[in-house]
Amino acid sequence: MSLAPGLHLVLYEGEGALPLPPEQRFGAITALLERGFAVARTRNEVSLAAERQTTVMVLGQFVSGTNTANREQPGTTIRFENITGLSDSQITERVEAFRSETNQPKPGEWKPWFPVIDYDRCTNCMQCLSFCLFGVYGVDEAQHIQVQNQDNCKTNCPACSRVCPEAAIMFPKYKAGPINGDLVSDSDLQREKMKIDISALLGGDVYQMLRERSDRAKSRFSKERDSDKALKERQKCLVKLAQAGDIPAEVLMALPSPEEIQRRAEEARAKAQAALAKQ
Amino acid sequence: MASQPRILYCNCTYAQVVSKEVKQAVLRKLCESGVSFEAVADLCEMAARKDPSLKELNKGDDLKIAACFPRAVKWLFASANAPLSAERTEVLNMRNASAEEICGALERSEVHPNLPSGKATQPSPAELPVTTSAT
Repeated sequence: MSLAPGLHLVLYEGEGALPLPPEQRFGAITALLERGFAVARTRNEVSLAAERQTTVMVLGQFVSGTNTANREQPGTTIRFENITGLSDSQITERVEAFRSETNQPKPGEWKPWFPVIDYDRCTNCMQCLSFCLFGVYGVDEAQHIQVQNQDNCKTNCPACSRVCPEAAIMFPKYKAGPINGDLVSDSDLQREKMKIDISALLGGDVYQMLRERSDRAKSRFSKERDSDKALKERQKCLVKLAQAGDIPAEVLMALPSPEEIQRRAEEARAKAQAALAKQ
Repeated sequence: MASQPRILYCNCTYAQVVSKEVKQAVLRKLCESGVSFEAVADLCEMAARKDPSLKELNKGDDLKIAACFPRAVKWLFASANAPLSAERTEVLNMRNASAEEICGALERSEVHPNLPSGKATQPSPAELPVTTSAT
């Protein structure tokens, strides 16, 4: 998946183009937004900053005599599209065809779920870096924590926000505050203190717990040859973990082998310790 | 005459955390008003892509953003290397305000900056102003 900027659309209704009736404007913009595009509605001349390398499609009900010649210069492509008489779906089809033709990233291939750090609250303690098994976090040259690989994040999993002692990690699409970006209250901070006391709840380190559960399950399996029992044990543990941390079960089910978890956890911890040592 | 603030509307297309009715009512009002505005499918996605148009939105003018929580919007822009101006930005939260409130705020030409600064914390019940109901 590409995280490069996507195609930009302009709905032009200024000089040289007829304005759309409000209902048609609403229908066209809604259809484009639902397909993941960004649209600027303007009556002003379309201008592009010289430094901005981009691909733009200008939609409008252009009247004859208006200069709608397509323009291309290194890094910038401007296409004019007369939408007179087109339905909402026909407009989106034209836009989609242009996006495909110009190899622009397809919007909507990834649900944009990733942590956003509130640096007014963050103390750079590296707990998030140490916790995350998926390489979402890293540090910049000054050893400040950063979200570096947004698309590595597991959709709907807010677990790292629960290890943050300052409630500084937000997931704007989360259902509840303060993880969704709502203001942090004192009671939230008290709650944050219990942290992923999922850890405590499950009797120690989460990953250690998973390893032990897995080992116990293996041992029982070898003794009893009862695969159902082992599976039930694992499921029971995962359900408990999912409920306590609001972690989607599919994220837990997709965790790698205990050995791989251990390796990644150690790698993440080492990264965090190295960053802290350089501060 | 002071210039009109720029308007940015986020459709939060990839999640169901903003009421569809509120989103549609706000977008419809914008479309009926005839003002220029920018509508984006999803601010989170644009921030993840570090879309350069986020920086352009910040160039000099007052800005009103109809999206979600101001704290989230502030740091989303910052994560895209496009920090918002604390003096010129008003974020209208479609997650907990009504469509009427959002539309009313968009219609006003003045901007009421409301980005949180510092460790923004909700007031405790004891700190809230005492209200008395009419009897």
